[in-house]
Amino acid sequence: MWKQHGKLERHSLLLVLGILVVVAIGGLVEITPLFFLESTIEKVDGMRPYTPLEQAGRDIYVREGCYLCHSQMIRPLRDEVERYGHYSLAAESMYDHPFQWGSKRTGPDLARVGGKYSDAWHVAHLTDPRSVVPESVMPPYAFLAKKELDESDIQLKLAALTRVGVPYTKADIAHAKADLEAQADATASGTGLHQRYGTKVIQRDYDGNPEKITEMDALIAYLQMLGGLVDFRTYKADSPENMR
Amino acid sequence: MTAETQQQASPANAVVLQILMGVLALGALLATAFSPDPLFRLQGWIFLGAFVIAGAVLTIGIANGQFQNDQTKYEDGVVRAGVIATLFWAAVGMLVGVVIASQLAWPRIFYFPDFGWLNFGRLRPLHTSGVVFAFGGNALLCTSFYVVQRTCRARLAGGLAPWFVFWGYQLFIALAAIGYLAGITEGREYAEPEWIADIWLTVVWVAYLLVFLGTIWKRKEPHIYVANWFYLAMIVTVAMLHIVNNISLPISFLNHKSYSAFAGVQDALTQWWYGHNAVGFFLTAGFLAIMYYFVPKRAERPVYSYRLSIVHFWSLIFIYIWAGPHHLHYTALPQWTQTLGMTFSVMLWMPSWGGMINGLMTLSGAWDKLRTDPVIRMMTVAIAFYGMSTFEGPLMSIRTVNALSHYTDWTIGHVHSGALGWVGFISFGAIYCLVPWLWKKERMYSNTLIEWHFWIATIGILLYIAAMWVSGIMEGLMWREYTPQGFLAYSFVETVAAKHIENVIRVIGGLMYLSGTLIMVVNVWKTIAMPSSVRQVESSGPAAALSAQA
Repeated sequence: MWKQHGKLERHSLLLVLGILVVVAIGGLVEITPLFFLESTIEKVDGMRPYTPLEQAGRDIYVREGCYLCHSQMIRPLRDEVERYGHYSLAAESMYDHPFQWGSKRTGPDLARVGGKYSDAWHVAHLTDPRSVVPESVMPPYAFLAKKELDESDIQLKLAALTRVGVPYTKADIAHAKADLEAQADATASGTGLHQRYGTKVIQRDYDGNPEKITEMDALIAYLQMLGGLVDFRTYKADSPENMR
Repeated sequence: MTAETQQQASPANAVVLQILMGVLALGALLATAFSPDPLFRLQGWIFLGAFVIAGAVLTIGIANGQFQNDQTKYEDGVVRAGVIATLFWAAVGMLVGVVIASQLAWPRIFYFPDFGWLNFGRLRPLHTSGVVFAFGGNALLCTSFYVVQRTCRARLAGGLAPWFVFWGYQLFIALAAIGYLAGITEGREYAEPEWIADIWLTVVWVAYLLVFLGTIWKRKEPHIYVANWFYLAMIVTVAMLHIVNNISLPISFLNHKSYSAFAGVQDALTQWWYGHNAVGFFLTAGFLAIMYYFVPKRAERPVYSYRLSIVHFWSLIFIYIWAGPHHLHYTALPQWTQTLGMTFSVMLWMPSWGGMINGLMTLSGAWDKLRTDPVIRMMTVAIAFYGMSTFEGPLMSIRTVNALSHYTDWTIGHVHSGALGWVGFISFGAIYCLVPWLWKKERMYSNTLIEWHFWIATIGILLYIAAMWVSGIMEGLMWREYTPQGFLAYSFVETVAAKHIENVIRVIGGLMYLSGTLIMVVNVWKTIAMPSSVRQVESSGPAAALSAQA
């Protein structure tokens, strides 16, 4: 055996080939089945793609690196379920490009933060975290309220997400800008936003400033819908197809 | 040294590179001019500036008849540049680390509401990429270029190609770093650079592979030395990981933003397959290669066991790839995948310790040097930290342990015992060896300064990891603590407040480690400024180590 290894030491391409084969196996066995096994993602009621405003908010969440301190993945452990709510399902992040499960809780988990606090609390907290939570170590995000949301590329974004598998319709993409503006305006009606994304979509002026749609609007719209889509009244956690 | 004396008459590769820079500059100019996206234009300007400067330097060089490719000499210029870049990025990356540690310790002082780009969320990728890819990456580049030449007894292949790899890699770092501050990120840990930087890195990395392989093809030694197996595994596997994990769709080819091709659970596992093996191949295999050249060389002893190096090489690279799912215990990832990940993580303990034993036992018969040579001591402590953190890792990958440790500072402590102890110290050791060799000096300027570096940095590491163990286990226990009445005992923010002292100790530990690095910078600076020794200090390859293979 030791003599045989000499061949690899004398032929660099054999060595490279050997390395490639050896390092490819693990990933092939572990990752590829996830794309084919139907049991990987549970069948649930209520999941829908993000509205344009929520997706824009999610992009800000990603841009500011929130995932570096906040997880979005509640583990099925007693204390986590009591602290944060029902443990996270794979289905709940099926439209997340990229996933934002996180790996560190310098701050609390946000998988079900939606609806836990008022919009005004979020504005105050994001502007100056220590004004509402004195012990917090979170950075201040006051600039989000001043910065107008860049809506110019929202159609491009939805179109790109469609191409990677998010089921937006042509109408969703065509009305992306109108839907985005409608969701941040408490008084807008008859815009088709609820037709396209469901009646539960929250439509209001999130940052309390009706003058303009800011990045604060988008981020809070995203935070306020987190974890609220799946209908857990119809989800049977104990049924065999959901045992994983 | 080779007997070949042939000189290349015209530096054809320089002309090709010059034309390429011109074309790329034009492309960058057009893309910048037509993009409506300000962040894409920022990237465009960085590209344009780099290509214009490179083109100008090449033009002047060609006009002056430079870039001759003398095959009788080693290409050491690019190694010297790499050593300096390694030191520079070490200082920058560690400084950013101290800044973000201070932000968590004293948020009222170190956050600036008017400068959102200095927030933790944007600086943290700058720190991780800065130390892993900028400091660690340059250490790998320069040591691999040095080692492959000596162990093959051949000049680096490709004429100016090694310089293209070096400067191309610095351009990637600049793109990534400036991008993070500006808010350009893919939002996946340790793979944050956006699509255009990813494509650029792919080009540079393929060139790196070709230079490395090309040099091996020119070798005068029949066998490929063990350090080069590890470098090759690092280069090949990182290419695979980088390309697969960064498959994403730009929203437009004139926009900085892209969306990952994968979603949710598949995206999570692909990312941690990448993330864990960035540790396994970039930070382990690559630095084991450094160990396999510099420890025997410095100790003047052959590698302990040739057979052990074969067994632990193949088992290490085979098993490492499977370990990614241990980052996703108790998540929505299917349990069969988690169990596979855990099983292989525990198995990984053995090949890891195979490498540790092979490194430590190489010192057989030279243990006295631990007392007299601080560089040997530094590399030995590095191997000890490698052994410690590759024991801790499998422990933390066990699901029930992970239930406590995941999401806490314990993970941060674990990473830093590996990064500061293993990666940092083995790199410092290699640099202390390399600087006198490269600049033709008899020794480093001051052994006393190396002693200071060693002790300050070692105490810094101990403070850092001890603080993170305490705060990590403490917060993990507090999160799951119940009152006798059956209620959760602590609100989340109470666990944040409880960590203040540990956060302060971490800043002190990090500051000490950074100070050690700055001492090294001074020492290297002074060494380079010393008069060159009359005696030629030429290292001709690890003859002793090679003879052990025969």
